[in-house]
Amino acid sequence: MSPEMNSVPNTIFSPELAARFDKLVTLYPARRSALIPMLLYAQDEVGAVNDAVIAEIAQRIGITELDVRNVISYYSLLHTKPHGKFHVQVCTNISCMLRGGNEMLAHCKEKLGIGNKETTPDGIFSLEEVECIGACCWAPAVQVNYDFHDNLTTEKMDAVFENYRQKAGKS
Amino acid sequence: MPELVSHPEEVKVISRRWGQGAADIDKYIELGGYAALRKCIEQGPEWVINEMKTSGLRGRGGAGFPTGMKWSFVPKQSEKPKYVLVNGDESEPGTCKDHLIFLHDPHSVIEGTMIAGLAIGAKVGFIYLRGEYRYLIEIMERALAQCYERGILGKNIFGTGFDFDALSHTGAGAYEVGEESALMESLEGKRGVPRIKPPFPAVVGLYGGPTVINNAETIASVPFIIEMGGAAYAKLGTERNGGTRLFGISGKVNRPGVYELPMGYNLKKMIYEVAGGIPNGKALKAVVPGGASCPILRADEIDVGMDFDQMGKAGTMLGSAGVVVLDETVSIVEFALRTIKFYQHESCGWCIPCREGTDWLKKTMTRFYEGYGTTKDIDNMRYLAENMLGRTFCPLGDAAAMPMIGFFKKFRDEFEEYIRANPSAPESQALVELVGA
Ligand SMILES: Cc1cc2nc3c(=O)[nH]c(=O)nc-3n(C[C@H](O)[C@H](O)[C@H](O)COP(=O)(O)O)c2cc1C
Ligand code: FES
Repeated sequence: MSPEMNSVPNTIFSPELAARFDKLVTLYPARRSALIPMLLYAQDEVGAVNDAVIAEIAQRIGITELDVRNVISYYSLLHTKPHGKFHVQVCTNISCMLRGGNEMLAHCKEKLGIGNKETTPDGIFSLEEVECIGACCWAPAVQVNYDFHDNLTTEKMDAVFENYRQKAGKS
Repeated sequence: MPELVSHPEEVKVISRRWGQGAADIDKYIELGGYAALRKCIEQGPEWVINEMKTSGLRGRGGAGFPTGMKWSFVPKQSEKPKYVLVNGDESEPGTCKDHLIFLHDPHSVIEGTMIAGLAIGAKVGFIYLRGEYRYLIEIMERALAQCYERGILGKNIFGTGFDFDALSHTGAGAYEVGEESALMESLEGKRGVPRIKPPFPAVVGLYGGPTVINNAETIASVPFIIEMGGAAYAKLGTERNGGTRLFGISGKVNRPGVYELPMGYNLKKMIYEVAGGIPNGKALKAVVPGGASCPILRADEIDVGMDFDQMGKAGTMLGSAGVVVLDETVSIVEFALRTIKFYQHESCGWCIPCREGTDWLKKTMTRFYEGYGTTKDIDNMRYLAENMLGRTFCPLGDAAAMPMIGFFKKFRDEFEEYIRANPSAPESQALVELVGA
């Protein structure tokens, strides 16, 4: 498929991201290889892979929306509904479990007043129990959006929350 | 930033540039970087593959397949373009070594990718990182951009006529995508459902072309092997297990961390000396020696060398070398439940033995953990796990079944004790009759 067929005049993305996507699809032997990175980068900007994102990315790649949805449902980082501004991902897998991962999850639930896969009413935080995030030797580990927080204690976690809360206040 | 650890017993080969700013190309070159690539271009593909064979390097992704041999399987002539695909999906619980390679020495991965490409006749390499590693992907992107600026990637590299392009790629969360055929599907923009083998990737891989797939640590080892020579590298390890390995020690130890030690290093020493032993004067209970999928060893079984063959003889695997240490306070029942929850969550659902097997194991384990277990459940779960082995489309089913069998085999007493310790649970029936009544 020629690139022109997939040009999107009324893009929903920022000019920078649209330009990045225009380039990304040309880097691989097949256009479709850009699909998963595009979905993730679009989600970062828009907040979720919603209907509009799906429609535009399907058009850019040249596949059906259903095909895009099938891919989205496979990958755990992709979500069609927005998360909180700061998505708190607590690992409870084996290495973290041995160093207090479950207790950390319980602490986060209590501190934020929400359960797993829920968002605080002010939309600042959401919480998710996740599988191993590749920080096992620095357990217990939590990822907030893409930032890693290692060797945590509940006190350190409170400071992490405070830090993000301040960030949320500023923007 | 993850903490770097150090111990006098370490033999720093692939970790020797860590903590020195080698993510920047100038520092990398100052520390000897890209000299191996030059040498390989001079010496040619056959020489490279021979050095790799001599080195005894075996895949660091888990299966331990000899790397030189893998490269030699790629056909010399091919109508379709060939590719190198670096596996940085790193999702095996207990494993965080590639994390540090990408953070501290991304150029060693790029250089290794280029050498692999030269050896098999590929012009393009992909470096796939799990989506959670966004900050590492950004580091990798900067490193790649620097290579293009310096003419180390692109056309006519070092004026030798060698062309090579490399690209980093983000995943979006999936353990199964670490399986090599699912990895290719994912890179092609699809659900990470495994492909049937044969054909093997070396013959029909990415976009239908011959493809070498290697773990990030395997690839990062390549430039060092070229520098020191395959024979010298082999000597660092044990027979048929060349070189050093990044051991990630986690769990109940005083000094968890990623340590580079010679292949074959004694597991007991690793735990008690290198990682500083067990905290709070507690006794060791068990060790998962190579990531969540490797069968557990009891405390009395750890006086053994950590290489692929010795671990095999001990009835387990070296896997990804993620050493997870359990002390006497850890409940094996709880540990087994957490393990099977993971595999049930990550099964891609494509084949029935894995999808249903992991699901029933999780259901039964959950009920067991909640105090409604019966002796029959232990038999059923073991029988179910044993019958998953070798019957799934890809090895994820084995990866789930093997540790579970290990728990039941090595700690059956504890499962039985767990039933006795929960007498308040109402008498219950086994969920299903699997083993002939
Ligand atoms: C379920 C599953 C997950 C895997 N995950 C990874 C992984 O995250 N990283 C990796 O390098 N290999 C992983 N592997 C092994 C790969 O399939 C493959 O053997 C490896 O990347 C080959 O590289 P090597 O020869 O350098 O080890 C996984 C295998 C299975 C079955
Ligand atoms: S087990 Fe928590 S980061 Fe690996």
